[in-house]
Amino acid sequence: MEQKIRVLVAKPGLDGHDRGAKVLARAFMDAGMEVIYTGIRRTPEQIAEVAVQEDVDVVALSCLSGAHNTLFPKVVDLLKEKGADDILVMGGGVIPEDDIPFLKEHGISEVFGPGTPLATCVDYIRSHVKKEA
Amino acid sequence: MDDKERAETLKAATSKWQRGADKVPAGKTCKAYSDCTTSSGIDVKLLYTPEDLGEMDYMRDIGFPGEYPYTRGYQATMYRGRLWTMRQYAGFATVEESNRRYKYLLNQGQTGLSIAFDLPTQLGMDADHPLSEGEVGKVGVSVSSLADLEVLFDGIPLDQVSTSMTINAPAAVLLAMYIALARRKGISADKLNGTIQNDILKEYSARGTYIYPPAPSMRIISDIFAYCSKEAPNWNMISISGYHMREAGCTAVQEVAFTLADGIAYVDAAVKAGLDVDSFAARVSFFFDAHNNLLEEVAKFRAARRMWARIMKERFHAKNPKSLMLRFHTQTAGCTLTSQQPDNNVVRVTLQALAAVLGGTQSLHTNSRDEALSLPSEDSVRIALRTQQIIGYESGVADTVDPLAGSYFVESMTNRIEEEALKYIAKIDELGGAVKAIERGFIQQEIQNSSYQYQLEIESGKKVIVGVNKFQVENKPFKNLMHIDSALYEKRHKELAAMKSHRDAAKVEAALAQVKAVAGGDANLMPAIIDAVDAYATLGEVCDVLRSVFGEYRPDASF
Repeated sequence: MEQKIRVLVAKPGLDGHDRGAKVLARAFMDAGMEVIYTGIRRTPEQIAEVAVQEDVDVVALSCLSGAHNTLFPKVVDLLKEKGADDILVMGGGVIPEDDIPFLKEHGISEVFGPGTPLATCVDYIRSHVKKEA
Repeated sequence: MDDKERAETLKAATSKWQRGADKVPAGKTCKAYSDCTTSSGIDVKLLYTPEDLGEMDYMRDIGFPGEYPYTRGYQATMYRGRLWTMRQYAGFATVEESNRRYKYLLNQGQTGLSIAFDLPTQLGMDADHPLSEGEVGKVGVSVSSLADLEVLFDGIPLDQVSTSMTINAPAAVLLAMYIALARRKGISADKLNGTIQNDILKEYSARGTYIYPPAPSMRIISDIFAYCSKEAPNWNMISISGYHMREAGCTAVQEVAFTLADGIAYVDAAVKAGLDVDSFAARVSFFFDAHNNLLEEVAKFRAARRMWARIMKERFHAKNPKSLMLRFHTQTAGCTLTSQQPDNNVVRVTLQALAAVLGGTQSLHTNSRDEALSLPSEDSVRIALRTQQIIGYESGVADTVDPLAGSYFVESMTNRIEEEALKYIAKIDELGGAVKAIERGFIQQEIQNSSYQYQLEIESGKKVIVGVNKFQVENKPFKNLMHIDSALYEKRHKELAAMKSHRDAAKVEAALAQVKAVAGGDANLMPAIIDAVDAYATLGEVCDVLRSVFGEYRPDASF
């Protein structure tokens, strides 16, 4: 049997807007993935630690406060430090188009803005995470 | 013909008409006539007639504006007396830049200020706190001490504007700073007009900027009620907010139900703390969302007004008519803004603003078209304000009070929303009230379920979002977005250090010790907090003292 893809949905920073994060968490679950949600207001350190502890394949970061340029790369760096740079890190939230190249340079594999269909995020994970049978 | 005969004739005619309509093939927009529902899942029929109003009694259920049960509005003359307050929520980056934006808005004809604070401020943390990095000045202005507030309101006459502050967990501290600032300008607290949001319950259930656990949070709120009812009688000491729960995904019915249930909890807490209900209830205000379904939203506002009047009269036995009046601020629904074809958002905002006006709002914020992309630019903010002005001055809808009253559909929808919301309130009562319902996760779960349902309907195409799942075009990048400099964190560090080196350290220490002593006892916290901020104790210092006494709230994460 194929192993399930494990996803950590995480809210770095101080904003409490987690409607999108929660909807995605459910959508990933409905798509057959195992999902952990950090809850709001987590530090990059806390997120990286949970990601490693829980041995996840994907970290899906959500930020709506505008602090993404500070917080998202930190998560990527911390994962690297912990030797977990095989984890796919994706991001979403209110993120201006102009910031996307910066985020990609800093290890965020893809950025999904408002209005992205759930299926697009699910398909993205499926095509980028290959689980051993 | 007597009434009974009339009713029978109408009934027969209605069924005859319905039989005819049923023969017409179903249209393309509503697949079947049974398939139209509002956001709250209320079925919408093809046609409404007097039959749908059932036993409705004009004097009992609708009445006159300015009279119980206030369905038609809380004032007799409504917008003929004065248009609603056009109040754009704004604040970003530094106190200097925000001060300039406020003066710009006042010059453009805005009539009240609405202060947006950044997240560190909203969480009772100073700008130099390590967790503030990346967040300083992002979603609002950064305020850490009275020194910041002095610059923020420089040149703005505090006794002539009304100032609304979106501040919750640390509301007591920001209100204390505002009062201290006014005093220094020779303006006493009783001359101040404005609002603090101060609604902690919806922070637990939807918005997320809580600090302390529910019990001490409710105590702080009761202290603010007691203080304001004596010292600042014109101040709206709470704005009980459905907005954020709606934005988090709940329905119109849930928005009314959860907001009024929170309202019941606050009034209950204040009454239990020994306050006479009529000593404070007139200064309780509300804050609702204006979402896309125009007529459901109008009905929602009308239903909320009637329900609150009945709750205050029947449950709390309030006698002062002002205690029964639900006065509210409205903001158009940020969650409906799309990043695709952002100019379309101007139209959405117009319809939502219209709903708020037809629903009798007291003040209104219209969102800017680019807010799904970033903080709004000045051009976009101006269009948003102009939208309100066009509705107010050109459309004619403000010329007569509650113009949709008597519409078979709107009255029927108003009744349905009230019925459905009352069922929720009964359920929350059963759970022991809003605080208990939140502690058990009931309200959070309800919101999450509705939000997921809404998203699934968009995914399946059942719900059409123009430009998102239908009528898409290639997206052109939107120009002139607002950017906030991330170097602010360092700048604010230096400012705070400079401020601290100039203050009387012994005075600050003594004042903070006093806050701690009062927090541990039963006396009102407000005077001690005012003394502390007046001595330039920072927001973070005051909140840290309260954290040490009250602890911090840490919920389980569920989805």
